[in-house]
Amino acid sequence: MKIENIINEIESVDPEIYERLNGRRSAMKNFAKFSGKVALASLPLAFGSMLNKAYGSPTGTKDAISDVLNFALTLEYLESEFYKAGYAAATGGTLAIPAGAPLTSILTIKNHEIAHVNFLKTAITSLGGTPVSFTAASFDFTAKGNFMNVFTDYALFLAVAQTFEDTGVRAYKGQAGNLMSNNDILTAALNIHSVEARHASHIRQMRKANGGLVPAGVNVKPWITLNQSGIGSAAVQASYNGEESTTQAGVNIINIGGKVISASAASEAFDEPLTKEQVVSIVTPFFA
Amino acid sequence: MLTQNSSDRELVAVTEANIKNLSRRNFLGYIGGASALLLTAAACKKDSTSSTNTGIDLGSGDVGVLNYAYTLEQIEAAFYTKVFESPYAGITASETALLGDIRDHEVAHREFFKAALAAKALPTLELDFSSINFGSRDSVLGTAKAFEDLGVSAYNGAGKLLLSADYLLLAGKIVSVEGRHAAYIRDLIMPGTFADGLDANALDKSRTPGEVFAIAGTYVKTKLNISNLPTS
Repeated sequence: MKIENIINEIESVDPEIYERLNGRRSAMKNFAKFSGKVALASLPLAFGSMLNKAYGSPTGTKDAISDVLNFALTLEYLESEFYKAGYAAATGGTLAIPAGAPLTSILTIKNHEIAHVNFLKTAITSLGGTPVSFTAASFDFTAKGNFMNVFTDYALFLAVAQTFEDTGVRAYKGQAGNLMSNNDILTAALNIHSVEARHASHIRQMRKANGGLVPAGVNVKPWITLNQSGIGSAAVQASYNGEESTTQAGVNIINIGGKVISASAASEAFDEPLTKEQVVSIVTPFFA
Repeated sequence: MLTQNSSDRELVAVTEANIKNLSRRNFLGYIGGASALLLTAAACKKDSTSSTNTGIDLGSGDVGVLNYAYTLEQIEAAFYTKVFESPYAGITASETALLGDIRDHEVAHREFFKAALAAKALPTLELDFSSINFGSRDSVLGTAKAFEDLGVSAYNGAGKLLLSADYLLLAGKIVSVEGRHAAYIRDLIMPGTFADGLDANALDKSRTPGEVFAIAGTYVKTKLNISNLPTS
């Protein structure tokens, strides 16, 4: 069976098939300039991806991948501007991030987020899209007054940092499926996703070391236990709801295979995704 | 060999009869040749066009990728289980608690893949941790760091190999937990190194199955055939 015959068949029920596929083709061509190569190794697979791209994405156009990357870029701007402001406050003497390892770690994470912003801008441009753009003035890190002392209270600064990192991990995870038609972009997104997880792990260790977790007696570990944040603000709870899941693909993880696995460990062992809509709802208060 | 046939028995008899006439080196060469003949015969019986790769086949398509993940989780779970059977000298209460968590996570991952793959799951692999000094904090944490970073890069590289969005999401749910482990272990070894080793764009590594097994192979005795895994 020839692929053009298949497309002709589809055209008989969907006259817009060529428009959809042209979008896909130009997206691939544009990306080739960025990546320097086009993978044509498996035609049946590429055809499947092409259809997935034409019909499987929310908008069904060449812009779908750029849309996902612009969503990611927005979150990276949020994080990078947050750490830039926090680091500046610390070096300016108004935010007490301890000198040495803690301040160095914040600098490291700030630089990673800036690098992610630049990487995504380049990727989007190479795909023929237009990167979104934000500045420090675009954000309100008090989240409409919820976190008034975010740049003067070190514990609060870390709490917001933890929320951003954990939310970022969940956001990238939720978008991976929308990038399946482009292997290079998918892999790049996964390679950012795991870095956000490393950040989250470290910020959580910093919070544990700093103390003052809420409620009293709660333990904050490098991984997320149930839907606990260890943060005394209902404003962050949406970033943790759903993490308490102990069932994966219909399989109960608690005591799986006769091994002793508690509900806490079962929830920690798998991070959960958030939809774009959930993430937008979470971060909207942080935009001016 | 309880099920050997008559020709196998003849071969063994011939071999035994000749042992005393052979040097050790020649004896090994002789057995090697005989084994190769038997393997060729087995391969021809099963499928005359199969590849020359021997060992247990991880499979193809998404099943192969899931068995690949199952292999890595078997290594990690067994490693951390052994760490707990004989904790290294000077282990702290905090390390005991969090390394215990990691063991539970890896066991949960392993058992999940076993359940999900059901009849298509690989058998329990024979592992070799003889290169690790379980009494030494440096040896244990150094190995843990290598396993966690390797796991992150393996899942990152495996994402594009999956055809099912559901499996991609599952891999994503696990890889970020491996990333959290990697950062914690790295910080235990040297505070602040949670994300060292990124590229200039602050992206993590991804590795192909071939690259992963070149490293992980040291710890796996069971011979595995990864040649049928997808490559894109």
